[in-house]
Amino acid sequence: MDKEIRRELILDNYQHPYHKGLKDDTSYIRANTNNESCIDNIDIQLKIEEGKVVDANFDGEACAISTSATSIFMQKIIGKTVEELKELLENYKHMIQEEAYDEELLEELVAYNEIYLQPNRKKCALLPAETIEKILQQL
Amino acid sequence: MNREDFPILESGLIYFDNGATTLKPKQVIEAMEDYYYHYPANIHRGDYQISLQASDAYEETRNIVADFIHANHPKEVVFTAGSTDSLNRIVFGFMADYLNEGDEVLITKAEHASNVLPWLELAKQKKIKVTFMPLNANHELTLDIVKKSITKHTKVISIAAITNVVGDIRPIHEIGKLAAAKNILFVVDGAQSVAHMPTDVEKDHIDFLAFSAHKMLGPTGVGVLYAKEKYLEAMRPLTFGGGMNQSFEEDGSVEYKSIPTRLEGGTPPIAEVIGLGAAVKYLQSIGMDKIASYEADLKKYLLEQLRPLEDIILYNETSRSGILAFNIESVFSQDTAIYLDHYHICVRSGNHCAKVLKDEINIKNTCRISFYFYNTKEEIDQLVTVLKNSDELYRIVL
Repeated sequence: MDKEIRRELILDNYQHPYHKGLKDDTSYIRANTNNESCIDNIDIQLKIEEGKVVDANFDGEACAISTSATSIFMQKIIGKTVEELKELLENYKHMIQEEAYDEELLEELVAYNEIYLQPNRKKCALLPAETIEKILQQL
Repeated sequence: MNREDFPILESGLIYFDNGATTLKPKQVIEAMEDYYYHYPANIHRGDYQISLQASDAYEETRNIVADFIHANHPKEVVFTAGSTDSLNRIVFGFMADYLNEGDEVLITKAEHASNVLPWLELAKQKKIKVTFMPLNANHELTLDIVKKSITKHTKVISIAAITNVVGDIRPIHEIGKLAAAKNILFVVDGAQSVAHMPTDVEKDHIDFLAFSAHKMLGPTGVGVLYAKEKYLEAMRPLTFGGGMNQSFEEDGSVEYKSIPTRLEGGTPPIAEVIGLGAAVKYLQSIGMDKIASYEADLKKYLLEQLRPLEDIILYNETSRSGILAFNIESVFSQDTAIYLDHYHICVRSGNHCAKVLKDEINIKNTCRISFYFYNTKEEIDQLVTVLKNSDELYRIVL
């Protein structure tokens, strides 16, 4: 991904995040992640019906990397089955950890494919993935 | 000043995170190296030269520290693992016996977690009451607030002399006098103050004082617990074992050593204590009054430079210490810190372990600049230039 496009995508999702704000609705499953090594703090809630994500929201205070990645995740996962979501999370984690991954599956999330250049920020990029996994564990 | 004693500064590093830990001068590192190279023996129990030498150097630090904080006697100085450890010993080694159900401890929301969590834990165990005194509009604590907060149940006031985010220099002398007059014990968290201004436990009626070596040019892993002799005598050791006992028998009868050794169970961090001694001597050679006024000057200069910048939000302009909490408008504090790091400027971002402060200033995270005497106005100029160019921030951070 071109550096300028990458920056714009991240900034757009940071400054105007999508699906920000939690719904007061008990049919959503919710999880929180408080990044231990820094100060990010994010809540995500998913509504899952018949094995499919039908809605996704998040809230919290976090850095540009965490917030934008969470915002992109929220947009991408709606409509996916739980199995597809798990595959997406696996591939995303592989990318962050510099392992083999399916670029096409990740689409815009490849914006974070150079985060390994700043190792202290891997945790920021992983924050949404970890939080979504916590939700899937509750299923 | 004294920049030549801090070789790391030659690299152009701008170190503004002295509230977290300070840099170490050559003199401190050499003192510790000297111990490890030339007399690396255990203390107290050796009959040979280098052990005696180590014991002497260890005990000499006690004298140096006692003199530095104006304690009546060196035996009122106990070496601990740091401020957190010191505060925990005060709370669980002394207050747990001293306080009774219904007694009240006054603290504030601006305290570091180390001066909040031990009290909250004790409150669960002993049904004592922990009251957060209110702060004024500048998030500072005044003598008047303390006066109004005291009730007939108040037994302890436990506060920082300088807080680590707001950076207000509390009227310790006046509060100490008031506490003494009302028979209230006065606990002072000196983590942010002892390295930055003169400390006088006698004049200020301080009953207990906690501070860390690493925030005052010394090594990590060692700190000081000061307490008035009568309170140390009543303090229960929290660590039992070698070094602190006189004798013990199979039937369970035990005799412990006298203070302060009774409270220093196990082999202490000898090199670190010796390093602390060198750090205190170094500070004394500059003079604490001189350090305090130099930092106040830097803070004034920093504020003059930052006030005109429209997108910089300042949270504690009125506080007099060398600590400033700020944010760039609509930028997350961690992103700001990472941006500054690109220019080798070290600041801290986060809640600075004063989590309850978020209720006061309505902001969870800030960047924090905290000065020491080796910082300069030229460094501040460089910071201001970088902040002025913060349009470039995301180009650097992302």
